[in-house]
Amino acid sequence: MENNYKAVGLTQKEYEKIVAVMGREPNELELNMYGVMWSEHCSYKHSRALFKHFPTSGEKVLQGPGENAGIVDIGDNLAVAMKIESHNHPSAIEPYQGAATGVGGIIRDIFAMGARPVALLNSLRFGDLENSDRVKFLLDGVVEGIAGYGNCMGIPTVGGEVYFNKSYNGNPLVNAMCVGIIEHDKIHRGNASGVGNSIMYVGAPTGRDGIGGASFASVELTEESEEKRSAVQVGDPFMEKLLLEACLELLQIGCVVGIQDLGAAGLASACCETATRGEGGMEVDVAKVPRRETGMLPVEVMISESQERMLLIVEKGREEEVNKVVEKWGLHSVIIGKVTDDGFLRILEGDQVVGEMPAESLDSSGAPKYYSDYEKPAYIEEVQNFTSGDIEEPKNYKEVLTKLLTSPNIASKEWIYRQYDHMVRTNTVVKPGSDAAVIRVKGTEKGIALTTDCNSRLCYLDPREGSKIAVTEAARNIICSGAKPLAITDGLNFGSPEKPDRFWQFRECVLGISEAARELDTPVISGNVSFYNETDQDAIYPTPIIGMVGVLDDVEKAMTMEFKNEGDVIVLLGHTKDEIGGSEYISRIHDLEKGRIPAINFGLEKKLHSLILEANEKNLLQSAHDLSEGGLGIGVAESCISGKLGAKININTDLRKDVYLFSESQSRFLITVKEKDLKDLKEMLQLREVPYQRIGRVEGQDLEITINEASVICEAVEELEAAWRGALQCIME
Amino acid sequence: MKFGIIVFPGSNCDIDCYHVLKEVLNQETEYVWHDTEDIEDFDCIVLPGGFSYGDYLRCGAVAQFSKVMDSIKVHAAKGKPVIGICNGFQILTEAGLLPGALVRNANLKFICDIAALKIENTETPVTNCYEAGEIIHIPIAHGEGNYVVDEDTLEDMKAHGQILFTYVNNPNGSIVDIAGVCNKEKNIIGLMPHPERASEALLGNTDGLKFFQSIIHHLEEGFSNGK
Repeated sequence: MENNYKAVGLTQKEYEKIVAVMGREPNELELNMYGVMWSEHCSYKHSRALFKHFPTSGEKVLQGPGENAGIVDIGDNLAVAMKIESHNHPSAIEPYQGAATGVGGIIRDIFAMGARPVALLNSLRFGDLENSDRVKFLLDGVVEGIAGYGNCMGIPTVGGEVYFNKSYNGNPLVNAMCVGIIEHDKIHRGNASGVGNSIMYVGAPTGRDGIGGASFASVELTEESEEKRSAVQVGDPFMEKLLLEACLELLQIGCVVGIQDLGAAGLASACCETATRGEGGMEVDVAKVPRRETGMLPVEVMISESQERMLLIVEKGREEEVNKVVEKWGLHSVIIGKVTDDGFLRILEGDQVVGEMPAESLDSSGAPKYYSDYEKPAYIEEVQNFTSGDIEEPKNYKEVLTKLLTSPNIASKEWIYRQYDHMVRTNTVVKPGSDAAVIRVKGTEKGIALTTDCNSRLCYLDPREGSKIAVTEAARNIICSGAKPLAITDGLNFGSPEKPDRFWQFRECVLGISEAARELDTPVISGNVSFYNETDQDAIYPTPIIGMVGVLDDVEKAMTMEFKNEGDVIVLLGHTKDEIGGSEYISRIHDLEKGRIPAINFGLEKKLHSLILEANEKNLLQSAHDLSEGGLGIGVAESCISGKLGAKININTDLRKDVYLFSESQSRFLITVKEKDLKDLKEMLQLREVPYQRIGRVEGQDLEITINEASVICEAVEELEAAWRGALQCIME
Repeated sequence: MKFGIIVFPGSNCDIDCYHVLKEVLNQETEYVWHDTEDIEDFDCIVLPGGFSYGDYLRCGAVAQFSKVMDSIKVHAAKGKPVIGICNGFQILTEAGLLPGALVRNANLKFICDIAALKIENTETPVTNCYEAGEIIHIPIAHGEGNYVVDEDTLEDMKAHGQILFTYVNNPNGSIVDIAGVCNKEKNIIGLMPHPERASEALLGNTDGLKFFQSIIHHLEEGFSNGK
């Protein structure tokens, strides 16, 4: 038996710990359950020790990490449930189903809290799109998978982001985020409380699909990974739609005391997690679990990751009420066990006990916790050694601007979001393609703003500062929509935690996120860690994706980035410095991924946030846009293109022209204001000591940029738009 | 006037249609579960968008056999309006209540966008508030909206004014740019675009409002021009 622990992904020490906890050697079923539950994916054994750094509470936090999803108050007895989760390895092997079931899983996490899912976002990373057919195949499949699932569920996919970088060539990232709305008093949790209460199973029958998915996600991808295709689950969004409606209806009638999604590690995980949060024990009979195929062993039933299943803890005697609702939706529910308080998760097959383990020992609270070694990688010093003097100033700025606009990282993502139903539920006030999406909350005047962000190139060059930038950029995007940032869900994607240099990146990012989240008062209320994102070639860039939600008290005041009116004055807020290290400009134009990344000044950042919100409140702003990849040059072009209006920009600077135009200095906003409102705005800016510069006017149909009296760019917005809009489609078709 | 919105297990635009009729236009509106037999109470039936039964087979191929479809046929035979939007349109063609069929988009991808539509016939229950030839912008969101029909039927439809909406820039390959049609009697209407998504200023577009106002006008006053 002791030779089998390796087969389930455990170490000898871990096996010894199991024997110590159980007081005997585990049987095969038990060993397999420990194997999946103590996998990195389920137990967070390498990352948990660092979570204490995250700020996770606050007056608006109704549910922090540790449940199916985090919940934050938006006022008027309403709250937002949110969570992001990765489905990277399945998507690398089987892009359509990998991405589809990633969406399905995150939706279940939201309605397991009792919340109605109202929006989806996706944060995607792929390799070098322009030079790899494999990457095109992955992008095509992932996008179609997300569309196939989300569209059928009738939940709009309103936002997200996609970046391309060769570090993702062998290991794409697919992180799906779901957001739901819930009334404060309707929040449900995954507790198996009330001794004697029934454990009910509802949803799709259990098959052999997805066996060992959690373990598969907890190792590096290799040539042989293709053979693990059976670890990838298959999605059925229609089944999930039935499950969603049935569960939300059930939660209204009050007989369900606990509810839990069957996700990674299937029944094994759901049973021990709900038992641990509840009375401590549970008994389930695998013979009662509905099955899709015959001859399944108890272990297969317990760890299968078949999709579209939920576990309900139902008040004893009210099981028939559950059946009635579930059957209306064409589903079946069965009693598979009961709540106990003896601290054991007991698995039966008929009247025979086939497994018996202390429930808490399986759960992440009982799993091993590692304090991994970390060491600053040697590459850091080397890549930071760069100054703007190392590159030659370009001669043709029009060419540079066009080349940046057609970079897959900057070009329009319309080819992608056109495949997502982003308008169903008729709440989408600001559609994909803006800084943040805004959806209204029907029955109120409120709106919520949603975004995901992470520039992983910056995190590679400087994980601590790069992850701070990820948080602040997310917040700036929320601010640009006129909303107040509320909370974070983070999707942390890294290489192997067992390698000290990778773990150093992880640690730095956790510390960076923690500092920024504290500064901006946006607690981390849920999240996911995905390690082992590497192939035998190399690891991915550290990618801590920040999902953020904000609230607008008056959704009519939602703001967007496009230039609105001829004659409006264009104002640049913040400082533009010689900070082109890690920029899209030096990557795309000079083929360099190096340099010191822009610095963050939280004092200025916060000042700008409150200024923008107040100016918007007073109806002084016509547009607001966050400056990020591509800097001012791209920011202005994007506002011109989306507004179908030209601009005349006139700048005086000591900086080199390319540095000024494409520096990615932080804490900057591009705003427009009506000439008549300029005086009021200036007063606010001076009062608050916010640095600003009037840089031009919305005018005509061309983008004209003059620096130090010399014309640098003069191009029809129509031409810029054609390049920007067509780039991705052109590559894909 | 009373509207009934049919709800199949996988309908997902039911709430959107309900919202516009009930909250925006203050009409008496009720959801109707797919196994309902008695729908006599309703003046107008709406088959909303979504994925009625998952649509893993042809879209609408399963929904056409629901119990409520028999009652809808009786309702339609009395000349009362039946409106199918998106999946509702697919169901109506599958049920044989409208000519033609909807197959996969020419580019084989789901398309969610805003389509420019031309109003081809204003003498119908859903277009009487529009101007002839008017161009409106209405969201589309479908994977199978490519309308096909045989030549003879198409000629017959043209002759009877059964083509109601056409795309200005055909997004999905539909024959002669067809976006919406009706039966000869003009009381059964199907269209792929979603007017319910374009009926509030907050969402940036109210071009769809006249679609619903036309129905109300039709129910209140018959076929006369609603402008």
